[in-house]
Amino acid sequence: MAEALPSALSFAALRAGDRAEFARLVDAASGPIYRLALKMLADPQDAEDVLQNTFLKAFQHLDGFEGRSSLSTWLYRIAVNEALMLLRKRHPEVSIADDTVEDSEGVTYPGVQLTDWGNLPEEDLLSTETRSQLNQAIQHLPESLRVVFLLRDVEDLSIQETAEVLGLSESAVKTRLLRARLRLRDELSTYYGERLRKRRK
Amino acid sequence: MAKKDHSECQALLDSLSDYADGTLGQELCQKIERHLDGCQDCYIMVDTLKKTIYLCHAEAGKCAEIPADVRARLFKTLNLEDYLKHE
Repeated sequence: MAEALPSALSFAALRAGDRAEFARLVDAASGPIYRLALKMLADPQDAEDVLQNTFLKAFQHLDGFEGRSSLSTWLYRIAVNEALMLLRKRHPEVSIADDTVEDSEGVTYPGVQLTDWGNLPEEDLLSTETRSQLNQAIQHLPESLRVVFLLRDVEDLSIQETAEVLGLSESAVKTRLLRARLRLRDELSTYYGERLRKRRK
Repeated sequence: MAKKDHSECQALLDSLSDYADGTLGQELCQKIERHLDGCQDCYIMVDTLKKTIYLCHAEAGKCAEIPADVRARLFKTLNLEDYLKHE
């Protein structure tokens, strides 16, 4: 989103409550925020609630925005908190800190699912069915991994920015990211493995 | 059949994300590449891991647009209807 925000946005005008400037911010940032919420929650109505609440809160608190983080990082942090609040309402047992102990334990070599699907043609890799499979696999990730993965690999934040949004250390972000990527790779390998077997028959 | 020893693969695993992102230091990069030359399992794993990341980026590019009705309701909620540009 950082690239999408107009560089000429005036913090002074935003802080002063300038509605036209706020409308420019909403225009530039609403797409990425909605996408993040939709992929975190997999429910268009919930995603829309998160979208609206994010900008309502941003507008209320803009005068307190001190510029210690970038505007986009700040907005993502509000959106993630809103989405996590909704998830906790749905599943009170879920916590972003769930994997804290595991973070320090590193990741175990999977040693399975070594189907070689890397050379499949582009149209196979990017078909509608594959996209749906990938989105399902993203939904299968536990929330604590999914949010790290979405910020880094879908929203394209750096490791440092992702850590800033989530209030995690960079090493915890890296561990969770690798764990998320390996799980997705694993699910895609099962899916492509089936396709390759069918094709050989 | 003897089970393959994956101790070296395990030792390199923590660096694979950085390797796939191209952010790993040169020395570790070369170490991984030497390992990949001799380990077919890791070669496939790294190759498919990179493809997985590529697919995620490609998917992100396909769904960056906000639906027009969602956008219109957002502007209404924020009392910004005057600024709603129709695209």
